[in-house]
Amino acid sequence: MRANNSGVWIVAERWGGRLRRISLELAGEGRRLADQQGGKLTAVIWGEGWGEHASTLGHYGADRVLCIGDSRFDRFDAAACARALERLLESDPPSVLLGGATSRGKDLFSRLAARLGVALASECISLSWKDGELTAVRPVFGGKVLATVTWEGQRPWLATLRPHAFPLPEPDLSRRAEVVEVDPDVEAEAWKSRILETVADPGAMVDLSEAEIVVAGGRGLKGPENFRLLEDLARVLGGAVAASRAAVDAGWRGHECQVGQTGKVISPKLYLACGISGSVQHLAGMSSSRCIVAVNKDPDAPIFKVADYGIVGDLFTVVPLLTEEFRRLLGSRGEDEDAPLSPQP
Amino acid sequence: MFKTIVCVKAVPDTSSPIRVRTDRLTLELEGIPWVMNPYDEYAVEEALRIKEREGSGQVIALSLGDPRAKEVLRIALSMGVDEAVHISASTNDGMDSQSIARSLARVISDMQFDLILCGRQAVDWDSAQVPSALAEFLDLPHIGMVTKLKVDVVGRMVHALRQVEGGSEWVEAALPCVIGANKGLNEPRYPSLKGILAAKKKEIPEWGGGLPGNGAEKGELQASRLRILSLAPPPARQSGRVLQGEVSDRVRELVRLLREEAKVV
Repeated sequence: MRANNSGVWIVAERWGGRLRRISLELAGEGRRLADQQGGKLTAVIWGEGWGEHASTLGHYGADRVLCIGDSRFDRFDAAACARALERLLESDPPSVLLGGATSRGKDLFSRLAARLGVALASECISLSWKDGELTAVRPVFGGKVLATVTWEGQRPWLATLRPHAFPLPEPDLSRRAEVVEVDPDVEAEAWKSRILETVADPGAMVDLSEAEIVVAGGRGLKGPENFRLLEDLARVLGGAVAASRAAVDAGWRGHECQVGQTGKVISPKLYLACGISGSVQHLAGMSSSRCIVAVNKDPDAPIFKVADYGIVGDLFTVVPLLTEEFRRLLGSRGEDEDAPLSPQP
Repeated sequence: MFKTIVCVKAVPDTSSPIRVRTDRLTLELEGIPWVMNPYDEYAVEEALRIKEREGSGQVIALSLGDPRAKEVLRIALSMGVDEAVHISASTNDGMDSQSIARSLARVISDMQFDLILCGRQAVDWDSAQVPSALAEFLDLPHIGMVTKLKVDVVGRMVHALRQVEGGSEWVEAALPCVIGANKGLNEPRYPSLKGILAAKKKEIPEWGGGLPGNGAEKGELQASRLRILSLAPPPARQSGRVLQGEVSDRVRELVRLLREEAKVV
């Protein structure tokens, strides 16, 4: 494959009929990278009801949106999507292809990289051009080290972007993308798996990896029932609840809530650590948060070394007071989501 | 006989700090304990449970890397896997996960198997590419981030619960396939004393075929690779302010600081 033009492609991702926030972050970063090289930004989308999402992607920076109308793509299958993208890339190869570092995005991009025989940088938190070469920064060892990497060899260069690491662009509602319905004509054998049932997390008010505010609890909570205190605070702040490995291993909270090297590595705007001492592997997972608050009884807890603000005290007193104070200031929120995933209903 | 291949990797223990050497290009990894990648423990455990449930079968552990790989294979053997194979490579600091997957695929394509279990990602370089890329190279289904797995040996199908952001989904695929094990799939067993003693006596054959690129062979169609330009510790955080005074005053002050100084609420 020859891929020497200056274009940037992004692969949009959806969840529950809406564009994920990462799709818009991809549009913003893709736009920036394309502009710096004088190239065009193309977004690819598939699945039922792509029309409205195509125009949203235009508002957020795409020049062109390729929509795979084939209804076989309504249910996600990484292998078939990789095959479809490979087909679309044949006629018009860009120099850079970006996706979300999500469960589905990582699966798809790794398969696509294997099909194309190219390198893939996962979970990037920043990208930049240097003399026509692309470099990426990606956290490794659960965030204990930052690696700056580059691609050597043929384009396209593939990367997945960590949710929340790139700014959400301002939409320009007057901006219109050229919308093209495409049929990559994928053979039936390309489908390797079938989604039978999708279950949305009932407990998750806001998904942890997309949340701007995270309220996390550890061993100091003393039992699963006390997470209610954190849920109350998270609700008032429109945030998500997380847990340390100690709390997850004790069975107080599901593993999908775990923050740390063997859980999720996140960088929200605000991370409130309640009753978490701050082990090395936990700090790796959250120390790139913009602002960290620690509430802990133990003044020597390592969490205070990374916290912007600390309160040494009993979380069972402090957290309800915090909730009360924020409720007074912010009112009780009817809406759970702080930032809409998509401006469309 | 149902055959399962489990891919395992040696990684630095997650409780260890990782230091960047002054060359800003390599890591100081000596002197820290190395362990089996935590997600791979779930993969090994699941392979053993499938065999125990079926009453027969064979579990083969593979590890690609330097001699540390052999040590984690020894752990896998002591947990109860039947065979272990070391695919030797001069390093397992494989920033280029696609090359690793390619090497594993080349080795596995000569083997007989019904199922491949991997950890969802290795907690060293955190690329999370090998399971999917391995499946692609072998032209197999892959289900990643799996927290529940049902294997229908007779019907040659798997049903797996995969975690996605905001929920989970039941996915089915035909055997043989690749599964990426996530935390929550099971509770990995500790090696028994008997297992440890038995594992010591086992032969771990060493196969060639490690990383292409280190002694690159012709015919490896890797059109591009990742290269590390530099490594750095994350920006150090200043420890901030510990608020003083009456609890209610401290809480009110914290809220004010979050709104007016940090501007995050």
